[in-house]
Amino acid sequence: MSTIKPSTADFINDHTFDTVSDVELARRKVRRGQNVTSIVVSVVSSVVLALAIYVGLRLSPGWEAVKTTFFSGEYFLQSLPTVGKGMLLNIEVLAFATVGVAVFGTIIALLRTSRSSVLFPLRILAMVYTTVLRGIPMIVVLYLIGFGIPALGIFGRISPTVLGTIAIVLGYSAYVAEVLRAGFESVHPSQRASARSLGLTVGQTIRMIVIPQSLRKVAPALMNDFISMQKDVGLISVLGAVDAVRAAQIDQASSYNFTPYIVASVLFILLSIPFIIINDWYSDKLRKRELSGGTV
Amino acid sequence: MTDQPVLSLQGIKKSYGNNHVLKGVTFDVMPHEVVALLGPSGSGKSTLMKCINLLERIDDGQIWVNGTDISDPKVNEDKVRAQIGVVFQQFNLFSHMTVLKNVTLAARKVHKWKAEVADRRAMELLDRIGMAQKAASYPDQLSGGQQQRVAIVRALLTEPELLLLDEITSALDPMLVGEVLDMVQEIKQQGTTILMATHEMSFAHRAADKVVLLQQGLVTEWGTPADVMDNSQREATREFFSYFRRID
Repeated sequence: MSTIKPSTADFINDHTFDTVSDVELARRKVRRGQNVTSIVVSVVSSVVLALAIYVGLRLSPGWEAVKTTFFSGEYFLQSLPTVGKGMLLNIEVLAFATVGVAVFGTIIALLRTSRSSVLFPLRILAMVYTTVLRGIPMIVVLYLIGFGIPALGIFGRISPTVLGTIAIVLGYSAYVAEVLRAGFESVHPSQRASARSLGLTVGQTIRMIVIPQSLRKVAPALMNDFISMQKDVGLISVLGAVDAVRAAQIDQASSYNFTPYIVASVLFILLSIPFIIINDWYSDKLRKRELSGGTV
Repeated sequence: MTDQPVLSLQGIKKSYGNNHVLKGVTFDVMPHEVVALLGPSGSGKSTLMKCINLLERIDDGQIWVNGTDISDPKVNEDKVRAQIGVVFQQFNLFSHMTVLKNVTLAARKVHKWKAEVADRRAMELLDRIGMAQKAASYPDQLSGGQQQRVAIVRALLTEPELLLLDEITSALDPMLVGEVLDMVQEIKQQGTTILMATHEMSFAHRAADKVVLLQQGLVTEWGTPADVMDNSQREATREFFSYFRRID
């Protein structure tokens, strides 16, 4: 309960912003106090947590061995060039897979949301596809495509990198198609009605109205899938493509030191950071636009 | 009368399951006429509008636009829609496009006008309603009245044979209703043929050439505003309009 008496007279004739009422000054003081308290609490809890991790590691009996086999500066520098070269392959696969997923995912999503009776069989197929592919672990998809397609013997020899890219595209298209489908369905039917009433065809309506509007809504979810995909391109190593992970494995096999894996991890993290920042920034922007001024 | 009607509805029926919304609606709209479609909520006004624009398929009857039966399954529905302008209650501007892009979309993509021709014509019309300086704004930066006037310009740009106005002032506050209705009045003076579903009784009385009263899916009265709204012999009609008198 406030003990300051309501002094409405202060507000009524004061239209300037040069002075602040006593009530507001009192409120600001309380808020400052609340802020100081929360900063102190967060600093203390961070320090305690960091200490606990440090002490826990130092006290574990194998810490010295772990330090030399996983965090050796010497091996780090030694494997950086080969693992880095492998990383270039990952980036290349990522670029191709992104384009592939964008195209294939959109087609699947459009089939899933179509209402035409002609497309009925394809719609069922698309539904089965998204259900099955989202259910299979990514690594199994890689094995099935990577060893299954060459076994058919139709296409001759295909490089494991290409097969790996195809597997990644198939796996991720299923997720992206579902995100896009949710986006397409979130566009209000009145927007379609409005477009059709102007004489736009079904195709024009999808291309000019539905897709642009839904992409805005699902962009954060799509970027999240992208960030997840860029680390999963490391899985193509299981097919024998010499990417960052495979290069690290080769180094580790000759030296029995696991530091190359740390090198690969650091490189993958560095690759993802820009996209994570973009994603956070964009999500934040969307949220601010929707809240427009609210604080809760 | 030598003119043929711009729009001729003959026995239009439409049901949603067991809900018979339109039970055989028949009336004509002549060239340069403004016809007000009145009736209580749920009487089928909006459904009829959607049927005329082929956004809903009718269950029986025929719709003729300038002598063509547009309910024939062989007609190109996109071409028919392109000749009929529609303005909706909720404006339905495309939220990801600027005012100018909204207004010129159909002209550029459907009627294949050159971009500069479409832009010039759009700017002329926007200028006439005092919104030329808003051409680069997005719909959510405009007031409801401004959005609705832009929506009217969008529907009018390609000079449709028929303009359908579906309760275009129902989502606006009383101050904005006036500015939108003034614009309708101006369009009428330019000779556009208009069918408008509305609850604005005094505007219908003042501006409409004909009034069609729709009650429970049927046309119960059809005639001049004076005949229908002031001098009806039907008890149900007098009762309907008496609600509005009381508010006035």
